Amino acid sequence: MSRSGYLTREKFPALLNTLQMDGYSCVGPNVRDGAISFDKIQSVDALPQGVEVDMKPGEVRLRQEDHRRYFAWPNGPQSVKPWLYRSRELLWSARQTDEGFVFSEPQIEAEPIAYIGARACDLAAIKLQDQHFIQCEYPDPYYSAHRKALFIVAINCSHAASTCFCASTGDGPEISGGYDLLLDELDDGYQVHFGTEKGLSIFEQLPLQSVTEAQEKQAQAQLEAVASGQERKLLQEDMYSNIFANLDNDEWDKIAETCLACGNCTSVCPTCFCHREVESAALDGQSSAHYREWDSCFNQDHSYIHGFTVRKSIQLRYRQWMSHKLGTWRKQYGRSGCTGCGRCIAWCPVGIDFVAESDQIAGNF
Amino acid sequence: MSAQQQSTPSPYLPYEAEIVERIQETPDVFTWRLRFVDETLHREYQFFHGQFNMLYIYGVGEIPVSIKNREGDLLTHTIRVVGRITQAMAELKAGQHIGIRGPYGRGWPIHDCSGKDMVFITAGLGCAPVISAIEYVVENRPRFGRLVIMQSVKHHTDLLWRKSYDEWRELPNTQVLLAASHDKANWPNWELGRVASLFDDAIYDKKNCTVMMCGPDGMMKGAARMLSEVGVPEAHIFLSLERSMQCGIGHCGHCQFSGHFVCKDGPVFSYPEVKEVLGHKGF
Repeated sequence: MSRSGYLTREKFPALLNTLQMDGYSCVGPNVRDGAISFDKIQSVDALPQGVEVDMKPGEVRLRQEDHRRYFAWPNGPQSVKPWLYRSRELLWSARQTDEGFVFSEPQIEAEPIAYIGARACDLAAIKLQDQHFIQCEYPDPYYSAHRKALFIVAINCSHAASTCFCASTGDGPEISGGYDLLLDELDDGYQVHFGTEKGLSIFEQLPLQSVTEAQEKQAQAQLEAVASGQERKLLQEDMYSNIFANLDNDEWDKIAETCLACGNCTSVCPTCFCHREVESAALDGQSSAHYREWDSCFNQDHSYIHGFTVRKSIQLRYRQWMSHKLGTWRKQYGRSGCTGCGRCIAWCPVGIDFVAESDQIAGNF
Repeated sequence: MSAQQQSTPSPYLPYEAEIVERIQETPDVFTWRLRFVDETLHREYQFFHGQFNMLYIYGVGEIPVSIKNREGDLLTHTIRVVGRITQAMAELKAGQHIGIRGPYGRGWPIHDCSGKDMVFITAGLGCAPVISAIEYVVENRPRFGRLVIMQSVKHHTDLLWRKSYDEWRELPNTQVLLAASHDKANWPNWELGRVASLFDDAIYDKKNCTVMMCGPDGMMKGAARMLSEVGVPEAHIFLSLERSMQCGIGHCGHCQFSGHFVCKDGPVFSYPEVKEVLGHKGF
């Protein structure tokens, strides 16, 4: 049995149909509010056909081109993260009784989701979030359930943005694992690979043709062009020691002059995992719910301990973010926490360039 | 595909416990003596000295609090009113219920200390994390060398559990050294100054001791340096850190500190583990 097949553009709806028939809700890209957003989609009509995206620090613009491709852009503001690590999750609730109260945990019913369009940077980020939430002493039941119910249709990038730098982090653009199905989009169709048994069972139901040598070469060529076209390069070597040798560098103060501490970067980052726990008592006092919500190390109360804030100033908060992401992350997870997606650069409202800043701080050696 | 059902109990879920007794230690410090409602859980609950629990007050929220000890059959926590949640907790009376989950984190390496001199250094009101360790040494006195307790507070009247300190002072091979940084007059058994002013009077084997510290980061950093200068190996110095903790199990990210999560890799660290950034502004 061949490990790859070719799905023509005309037959592409069969992929969504097969996934839906197998019980999955399909989540895929579509244009919403001037950006590529991943939402539940019913058919291929929702996909952003012919759309390309220009990204630079602090700017994202969609552009309609005259071609039929659905995935001719690198990424939108969100990775797979919101579908696995939800922005708000009920952890438990308490209900008052005569003696005190009783706790109950919600029944986690993770909907089976097929995520269509995960990129190499997204898959590398999932691997890190798996490490954080599952491969630990107290596996997170919520993330675990969503993760188990997730079917990943990954796609090799055919178009890079100026903000992309996955080649320098070693995470892309070529996808090497972590998917159920893998696509390479060509003008008239898709080269399809499967990576798991789950993927194989869908693969076998698709109306595939065999892949021609020309198609294979074209897929490889566009992937290589994406890799060589990436202008930004994130330094990797000695990042930990270089950042920690520069904790008092003036550059942190300069960044803080423009940084709004809005937390956009941490919201769009596919590996950021900080969350706060929130208690929400019912008005009648009979019950109280305990949630977790995404938090950001850019918030002033992130480091608050009774009457004292460890990171009062913005430079300390930016330093916390970068020194953790690129430095101490390596000690905790065996690699840097950046997978080169460039979202924090594109979606920063004041256009702070994470790669350039890390160069500025840790690169002058 | 069918929806995934959860199989193991959530690590976030607290367990109900009753406040059996509430002791007002000072105007803003109180101690709870607690019993889990579930008898089996109460019987089987165990902790290491220096670990903490997440304590929950109904409808208000959850906070990390170091475990003071197990006194008789009851788990004890000492809490100072410092914010919204502790203020609400202060209002609870004996007989009312709270939620507890834990114990979490890494405690003091007390079981590796047989035959060594034990040195405890605390400042401020943050001595609760070392109390159970001190009591363990007192109860197992022959297993250890000298016991030296150094503590500073602002005013000598701030000292909690004075009776215990007075009892410890009478033990053989033991020193209890106290300092008050804001007092005007010398009280019996008290020095004026910070905890470091007691160091010269402490008698212990620098090469064969374990130091356990708790207090403000700056104090611990200064103390660790001074001890190191007089010949205490850095790896024998341990300290308990305090950072924002909301999950207690290494997920929420608030206590991220250098290459560690304080909740799961700490709160007790050896000095070399945290030396690089301890006391550095912003960490």
